[in-house]
Amino acid sequence: MQAIAMREAYGRLLVELAGQNEKIVVLDADMAQSCGLQHFRDAFPDRFFNIGIAEQNMMGIAAGLAAYGKIPFVNSFACFLSTRSCDQLRVAVAYGKLNVKIVAGHGGISVGEDGATHQGLEDIAIVRAIPNMVLIVPADPVETAAAVRAAIEYDGPVYIRLARPKVKALFDDSYKFQIGKAVTMKEGKDASLLAIGIMVSRALEAAQLLEKRGLNVNVINVSTIKPLDRETIVRAVEQTGLIVTLEDHSVIGGLGSAVAEVLAEEDKPVIMRRLGIPDVFGESGTFEELLAKYGLTVPDIVKVVAELVQKKRDSK
Amino acid sequence: MQEEIVVKNLHKKAQEIRLAVVKMLANARTGHYGGSLSAADIITVLYFQVMDHDPNRPDWADRDRFVLSKGHTCPLLYVVLAEAGYFPKETLLEHRRLGSILQGHPDMRLVPGVEMSTGSLGQGLSAGVGMAIGAKLDHKDLRVYVMIGCGESQEGQIWEAAMAGAHYKLDNLTAVLDYNGLQAQGRTAQLMDIAPVADKWRSFGWHVIEIDGHNIKEIIEAFSQAKTTKSKPTMIVAHTIKGKGVSFMENNIPWHHIPASEQQASAAIAELEKSLENL
Repeated sequence: MQAIAMREAYGRLLVELAGQNEKIVVLDADMAQSCGLQHFRDAFPDRFFNIGIAEQNMMGIAAGLAAYGKIPFVNSFACFLSTRSCDQLRVAVAYGKLNVKIVAGHGGISVGEDGATHQGLEDIAIVRAIPNMVLIVPADPVETAAAVRAAIEYDGPVYIRLARPKVKALFDDSYKFQIGKAVTMKEGKDASLLAIGIMVSRALEAAQLLEKRGLNVNVINVSTIKPLDRETIVRAVEQTGLIVTLEDHSVIGGLGSAVAEVLAEEDKPVIMRRLGIPDVFGESGTFEELLAKYGLTVPDIVKVVAELVQKKRDSK
Repeated sequence: MQEEIVVKNLHKKAQEIRLAVVKMLANARTGHYGGSLSAADIITVLYFQVMDHDPNRPDWADRDRFVLSKGHTCPLLYVVLAEAGYFPKETLLEHRRLGSILQGHPDMRLVPGVEMSTGSLGQGLSAGVGMAIGAKLDHKDLRVYVMIGCGESQEGQIWEAAMAGAHYKLDNLTAVLDYNGLQAQGRTAQLMDIAPVADKWRSFGWHVIEIDGHNIKEIIEAFSQAKTTKSKPTMIVAHTIKGKGVSFMENNIPWHHIPASEQQASAAIAELEKSLENL
């Protein structure tokens, strides 16, 4: 299957769904093209609102539309939606548990050349801490579409974080997505790689290379960060005793933290590492260059996992 | 003649509501007196004269909406909603208590009749814009009302919403500025002036009406003018007195949020009761 951008899958699906559900309206802060909204804008001009470069107002308007009875989709980059309009997300949207769908594009260093200001590395940490929020980080275009459908079915605020680059499909159309359910992509007993978003495909690639070295790695697409699938995480610990988390987000407050919080309360012997962006601002560069800079390439992942498996064996 | 009776009744109603606000806050021993009293006449007119709403059906799809953007003055809103019949008046005694539906700032999930959770200033007008857009999309002729404060007008989001309201020609949206001139730490004019505020709203493309926010007749007329104004939203700049109705609270900065002692509460209640006897 040809690789496409998540926003493309999202944008096209939105047109299809809006044809069936007239409650759907779309809000944009002058990022339509970058957020995959051009299809919707052309198909439903009366239900498309470019609020201008005013994310706080956009989030507040969305709250009002949802309170009225619409299903507004709010769009911009992850960096802006989670910080510029954070108070509006917290008070107007989440406190009222309003039916607003927030689609945060260009998450993490996947933004690339635009640099630190545009690389949302804290959005998961911020959104995860807000009560009533559902937070999904899809791994491919198929899961993106499935998450959007699930978000519409769900009555309440949902934050969906997309990555910028084109991604090959990891799932086929028979994939059944469920909010709050992690997906085991590959079974294994030596180590568990827990990944989200654009890093899931890299986790799979790393697992294949490790396989060649005789290491059997469990790969889990965590997919929903909130509510987190504790059961699957605990099972992974029980099966492997070794957890490596992988995300295009700060190691503070993201997937790694969320998993560590679970493990802290489970009293099970485990070795754990968090792979993600260290506690720094990003910078300009291609996505691949930045992954290399922060030690997140497939060979980096392989190295970390192999070393930890050895450590686990040595400790026995 | 008929009109005079309406005005007289609403004036009395507003005073009764002030009295209930003071009793409720005296009971809670905490909360915001000043801004609740300044807006009492306007919100009384809205709920008992202007708005099309049904306390027995708070979710009625075609109802007019009111958003109290200056959420800290919810004591007033709670009393008005209880008076209108959205929930029992006894509930007012639980304001600010653990487990109460009447939180320190309004929670739309807990209180029947509260249309938006507010408290972080500057957010309500955007929500009102969203509701007004929703109604336009569905070709419903319901109206949306939002009250903002003068200190709140220092928030940038207010002006983002002002731009959007005019841009989308939301003539079903009416905002009221409770222009009492005071905020928590001082006089707005000295602290961070919002003047000339009517000119600002005019230049943002709104139809602006300036009134005495304690004159029931002017309030009624302003809302009816807003209803007939086409292709732009209306801003009613209501000149008010913070703490209105309780002489020692009027235009007195600390009464933004300080609690009343028992003697002060009794004096305030006595003053309002006396004014009601004279009506």
